[in-house]
Amino acid sequence: MKRVLIAFVLLLAAGVALVLALNFRDEPALLADAAPFTAQHIARGEYLARAGNCAGCHTERGGVPYAGGRGIATPFGTVFAPNLTPHPQHGLGGWTAALFWRAMHNGRSADGRLLYPVFPYTELTRVTREDSDALFAYLRSLPATDKPNRPHVLSFPYDTQAALAVWRAAFFRPGSVAHDATRSAAWNRGAYLVEGLGHCNACHSSRNALGASSGIALGGGLIPIQNWYAPSLNDAREAGVADRALPQIVALLHDGVADASRGGSVTGPMVEVVTGSLQHLSADDLLAMATYLKALPPHDVKDPPKPTPISAAAMEQGGKLYEQHCVGCHGKQGEGAPPAYPPLAGNRAVTMASAANLVHIVLEGGFAPSTPANPRPYGMPPFATVLSDAELASVLSHVRGSWGNAGSEVSPLDVARLRSGR
Amino acid sequence: MKFLLVLILLSTAVGARAAPAVPDTIAQRLQACTGCHGKEGRAARDGYQPRIAGKPADYLYHQLQGFRDGRRQYALMTGLLDPLSDAYLREIAAYFSSLDLPYSPPAPGPALPAELARRGESLTREGDPARKLPACAQCHGSALTGVAPAIPGLLGLPRDYLVAQLGAWRTGTRRALAPDCMAQVAQALTADEVGMIAQWLAVQPVPEPAHPAPTLPAALPMACGGVPDVTTPVTKVSP
Repeated sequence: MKRVLIAFVLLLAAGVALVLALNFRDEPALLADAAPFTAQHIARGEYLARAGNCAGCHTERGGVPYAGGRGIATPFGTVFAPNLTPHPQHGLGGWTAALFWRAMHNGRSADGRLLYPVFPYTELTRVTREDSDALFAYLRSLPATDKPNRPHVLSFPYDTQAALAVWRAAFFRPGSVAHDATRSAAWNRGAYLVEGLGHCNACHSSRNALGASSGIALGGGLIPIQNWYAPSLNDAREAGVADRALPQIVALLHDGVADASRGGSVTGPMVEVVTGSLQHLSADDLLAMATYLKALPPHDVKDPPKPTPISAAAMEQGGKLYEQHCVGCHGKQGEGAPPAYPPLAGNRAVTMASAANLVHIVLEGGFAPSTPANPRPYGMPPFATVLSDAELASVLSHVRGSWGNAGSEVSPLDVARLRSGR
Repeated sequence: MKFLLVLILLSTAVGARAAPAVPDTIAQRLQACTGCHGKEGRAARDGYQPRIAGKPADYLYHQLQGFRDGRRQYALMTGLLDPLSDAYLREIAAYFSSLDLPYSPPAPGPALPAELARRGESLTREGDPARKLPACAQCHGSALTGVAPAIPGLLGLPRDYLVAQLGAWRTGTRRALAPDCMAQVAQALTADEVGMIAQWLAVQPVPEPAHPAPTLPAALPMACGGVPDVTTPVTKVSP
């Protein structure tokens, strides 16, 4: 009995030691900062902060940029993005470039605490030390804002450092983006921006029960809580761009609209990525991202499941509602009126397996982002107060099953779930 | 599969050519607004959504910014406005402000109890000097049709909308640009008074024309963010 106990204790100790070792691997020595930062560092850092859309999370709605406070809801609770201005108590005032690099690369805070991966260090770990230093230089140049950080609201055991240590041991490896000499400079730069600073995978991949990105990288996934579906970037039936021309991909990223003849635009949470980040990037960087995305290895599912045929009842009721509410803009044959109104016929955003985005768009309406190329977008009215769950399901089913579209039926339950945010 | 995709793309291309021309007008671009705020932004008093047609331009602009920047809370509005630039918001505000369209008469209903109507009207027109509570009319104009460029009219709005706005100001869920004079006023009112004022306002006929007054009747009784304290006409809109 005693032996079993000793063995158990030893095993436990070994486990703890392994978790600790995995948590501290590849940690830098905390050397004093080198030469003071120059104006070039700061300017570079400002641009990189745009590329990483840091302000997107680290700014409260209507708040001081980078002063934190925005709550990011997760299935485990709400994490509040902290103040990144150089305030001595509440911000990065007491930090050094080395501590900042450790946060970016290793996901550990200045005081040694492990950080929650809501801060996407799972991707940002691939940012170079040089870029991390430039980001730090920029953040240090901001006015210090006296805004205390809000404590996270997480349920047990997710609020413990021990749970986080185990999670990190299982799902986090510090890393970098390897240079591929067989590829162009643009492809390599694109890989760095997409896989690292841009942290595209944070949304465009599925997450497992413990919230870790899983499955195929950039293979698409439902964003938890928000329940928008970030489509696969390497599947031609979703948002894969292998068959799209580079200027079209660049336009989608920079302008929020792909192409006047089709009228495709970004929707949902991607709108904020365009307004806050992508529209500010250089032509070279956007071309690099487009080059990389276009060259992603395709991950089309072999023999995809056949969509369930849409019931005659849904087609009929949906057809009537379509005539009443949709036909004015989207046309009798779902042809739309690009660039103002996108076609629904042959539109993969309409037919892809997940109907979550369609439900959001019809419930909430929306505009494409105001960008210099499309400063005054046409809008879609919200139908949340007009259509019941069953009506909305039938009109979407109708659209997914008409004019050559071969999507699956949308059920009133799907709509009810998305409407209530469950 | 590829063949099918090509077919679909071809059909899309053909469809795109055949598509009807979309009017390149601001009204067409703003169909997202008129779904709820009524045709031409003229929602009547029988629903909840407020009329926006003909409201002062700066007032509308401040509200659009407020929804986008978190001073007003309504997820649908915030979601719609999030992607839009200040320049576009200003154009939207100017467009709805420029619509000079008649109001529908108040919905017929039972007359307000006399005491309620008296108190509602008195608070609206005279305020309560003993409590240093300014009258609505001191800022919103003696005809209560608002004052250009930033103070809205109070007539022609649904009762529930008025109650909700005063309530939201009392609890801090609706905020205006600082200093938030309406928050101070609303917090000085009791819940009963909010009800009396809203009910009285909601049944008043709207004078024709119902344009916002060009100037304030007198200096503002308190400082209000984004509202120029002027008693002479403003020609230039503030940023």
